[in-house]
Amino acid sequence: MSAGEAVIAIVGLALITLLTRAFFLLPERDMPLPAWLQQGLRYAPLAALMAVVAPEVVLSQGQLIGTWQDARLPAVVVASAYYFWRRGILGTIVSGTAVLLGLKLGLGW
Amino acid sequence: MPRMTDAVEAPAPLWRDPEFARGAREMSGVSLGIAAWGLVTGVAMVKSGLALPLAVLMSLIVFAGSAQLAVLPLITSGAPIWVVWATAICVNLRFVIFSAGWRPYFAHLPFWQRLRMGYFVADLNYVIFLRRFPEPHPAPGQLPYFWGGVVTNWSAWQLPSLAGILLADRIPTAWGLGFAGTLALLGLMYSLVSDRATLVAAAVAACAAVAAYALPLKLNIVVAIAAAVAIGLLIDHTTPGRAEPEDDLT
Repeated sequence: MSAGEAVIAIVGLALITLLTRAFFLLPERDMPLPAWLQQGLRYAPLAALMAVVAPEVVLSQGQLIGTWQDARLPAVVVASAYYFWRRGILGTIVSGTAVLLGLKLGLGW
Repeated sequence: MPRMTDAVEAPAPLWRDPEFARGAREMSGVSLGIAAWGLVTGVAMVKSGLALPLAVLMSLIVFAGSAQLAVLPLITSGAPIWVVWATAICVNLRFVIFSAGWRPYFAHLPFWQRLRMGYFVADLNYVIFLRRFPEPHPAPGQLPYFWGGVVTNWSAWQLPSLAGILLADRIPTAWGLGFAGTLALLGLMYSLVSDRATLVAAAVAACAAVAAYALPLKLNIVVAIAAAVAIGLLIDHTTPGRAEPEDDLT
């Protein structure tokens, strides 16, 4: 792909960001959502987060990880324990990342 | 800046509103994770072979991390442009779902304002906004809260992403720093689990996302959302007294 084509591709990607994020915000006409859908949408953010997190934790190269010696598992356990102890997201990130780095750099996991 | 056509008294700027600070503060909890993720994405853009000016352009105007990562190998290997775009649309399908959730809050606003808000709003803005305003009606404070979160998220993403692009060779990706982003999402996810229905929905989403991982274009995320919404509705409708939560909560 030439640089010019790449620029066109990237500008198109920006438009796709705009159109997908604003999709149902764009129509002018009144567009009442069915009540059940409105109610069901409250589960969408939770599910989207979980859908990103779960594969990142238990898969590697698309396969379930087959060893306990994977730094991500203890990192998630410690981060979860911190969250339910203190309910702070910053500490969750810091404690989990500290365990991850410790195991990767210290033990070479 | 928007024109103040009917301003009898000039409204206070949004950023002076206390809800702006609150939106910024509640987003700042996950900012460290967003920043680590942005940094790793910036590094990945350059390491994949994308020229530096193109990487900067992509970071600044595309502003959608998952889509950027998904299309990078396609752009650098010279895939047809429509394949690049189709991939991004599929990866972004979750935003279309979220946009339906935004509509009851913001449909009354002028078109260009809705367009602007849509462009800047990322996943975590939706999550945090819904936690603050669970009732799907317009209410005072929503706009400043929205922009406080959006400005914080944008900065927490763009600055590290640009740093990653410029310092790509000096940042050790083998350390797995991107996992900090995953931990941020994990903590945020926990904060949304409030009862049995949300707990079950989260577990179902996790299983669905892993089971459907082999699907192309990150469509496993869409599958997981659909499965979680379905199981959530099922629980709402089979649990006595849960069917119409809007009427019960006052």
